[in-house]
Amino acid sequence: MAPKQSHQQRIGDRPAVKYTLITLTLVLTAVLLVVPLVSIFQKAFIDGLAVYWQSLADPDTLHAIWLTLFVALLTVPINLVFGVMLAWSVTRFEFPGRKLLMTLMDIPFAVSPVVAGLLYLLLYGNNGWIGAWLYEHDLQLMFAWPGIVMVTVFVTCPFVARELIPLMQQQGREDEEAAVILGASGWQLFRRVTLPNIKWALLYGVILTNARAVGEFGAVSVVSGNIRGETNTLPLHVQLLYEDYQATAAFASASLLAAIALLTLIFKAFVEWRQERAHRAETDH
Amino acid sequence: MSTSLNATQRKPRHKRVLPGLGLSLGSSLFFISLILLLPMTGLVMQTAQMSWADYWYVITDERVVASYQVTVWAALLASIFNGVFGLLLAWVLVRYEFPGKRLLDALVDLPFALPTAVAGITLATLYAENGWYGSLLAELGIKVAYTPLGIIVAMSFTSIPFVVRTVQPVLEELSPEEEEAGITLGASDWSVFRRIIMPSLWPALVTGVALSFTRSLGEFGAVIFIAGNMPYVSEITSLMIFVRLQEFDFPAASAIASVVLIVSLVLLFAINIWQARYLKRLHGR
Repeated sequence: MAPKQSHQQRIGDRPAVKYTLITLTLVLTAVLLVVPLVSIFQKAFIDGLAVYWQSLADPDTLHAIWLTLFVALLTVPINLVFGVMLAWSVTRFEFPGRKLLMTLMDIPFAVSPVVAGLLYLLLYGNNGWIGAWLYEHDLQLMFAWPGIVMVTVFVTCPFVARELIPLMQQQGREDEEAAVILGASGWQLFRRVTLPNIKWALLYGVILTNARAVGEFGAVSVVSGNIRGETNTLPLHVQLLYEDYQATAAFASASLLAAIALLTLIFKAFVEWRQERAHRAETDH
Repeated sequence: MSTSLNATQRKPRHKRVLPGLGLSLGSSLFFISLILLLPMTGLVMQTAQMSWADYWYVITDERVVASYQVTVWAALLASIFNGVFGLLLAWVLVRYEFPGKRLLDALVDLPFALPTAVAGITLATLYAENGWYGSLLAELGIKVAYTPLGIIVAMSFTSIPFVVRTVQPVLEELSPEEEEAGITLGASDWSVFRRIIMPSLWPALVTGVALSFTRSLGEFGAVIFIAGNMPYVSEITSLMIFVRLQEFDFPAASAIASVVLIVSLVLLFAINIWQARYLKRLHGR
């Protein structure tokens, strides 16, 4: 062990240690994250731009893109409203069972997506107690788009609340209580006081919900029935092409999903930068 | 610790001025009941129709037991790897300044944003014998794709962010005084890390590893492409459920799913209780 330098205040600051750790991290990150990401696009464009466009313009692919966006478009608003409601109730009030409610909210994180899909299939499929009733009334939810939307809502429901709860807890209730005392109505309170404080976290929650909604695979594959051109979402379509030995086409579709993931990450970095700046402005006062 | 807690509890009861308890809590409870709890009734009813002997026979079937073993071992090794790699990443992100740090921080979340099916085909292609990594590893005589090793690779990819994101905030809040004291008294970097930093860090590290483990147990999309899915060797439990469903054996699928569901709910509750306890200890200090 080298003799301690007197100016060293924290461990791991000696250049030898520091640069070894940084290099090790960068190498591991490159191998485990960066190269896989780059390889998606490399495989997608391997046969040139024309082939890339051609595989995306395939009617089944276009339908899968459309269905995926449609599902996300229905899922995100539902989970947006639920997330705000849940975050408001657990951060603004004390009530018995509050912790239990927050744990229940995490169920979709812990449950395997295949199990999630199965739960819905058993309840709303023709043999389930609700499904049998629906069947008598000629309503088919499973193996059709409503089922896909339902399991996607299940899988993505914690994300908005998860983003909001820590932020709202940290901000406290004072601003809002002041507004109420000054006579603000419930809606005014939310729109003028709460929303400006949480808008970036809320927006990130929405973007993350969207990313997970377009990418859900396991749960959707249980309830979709994989009907090409009908109930095939983009991730299922990627699987179908890949198992059909159409690797380039599979990666072309995958590249769209990867692009959404990248935009999500960029947006997250942007939100964090905004929050940091706001925080710094506050402490400078 | 207990005195400070009692002090906050004894604070004069906050008069409730904020509106919306009924609306927000009511709609949250309604949503959770409808989306998360109601679907479980289907599984309960399906498994209740089976006799105990049938149930036991299905869940202890040789092939199913092999799938439990594969899943648990792979998830365990993947989450231990992520414990080490995640701790390294968190340390480097919190302690050092270097060009590209923001980019690295954003990249950590890639596995959360990237659809699992996309991760699955990408890793399968990279680690296949003709892939970028697979061909290099083949020269060393290591086979990853279509072996249990591939399952570990896929599981650790999809759960990288958990450890980083639970350890990072705790590491940021560590006060430098104790560390300085240790250094001044002549302790080596390693013993300061082990004796001063680790005691504050390990509850968060355990939480992160446990979250990573839970997520890995349920992982489906990323795993099935790279696993090869050989019965008794590289078949995960989620896939077992899927296979039973495709055979239209709903009772067997439900029985196996009930085992998985119970294990993940127990893990979820255990993690949340553990986390609440150490957070209390941390803030009570």
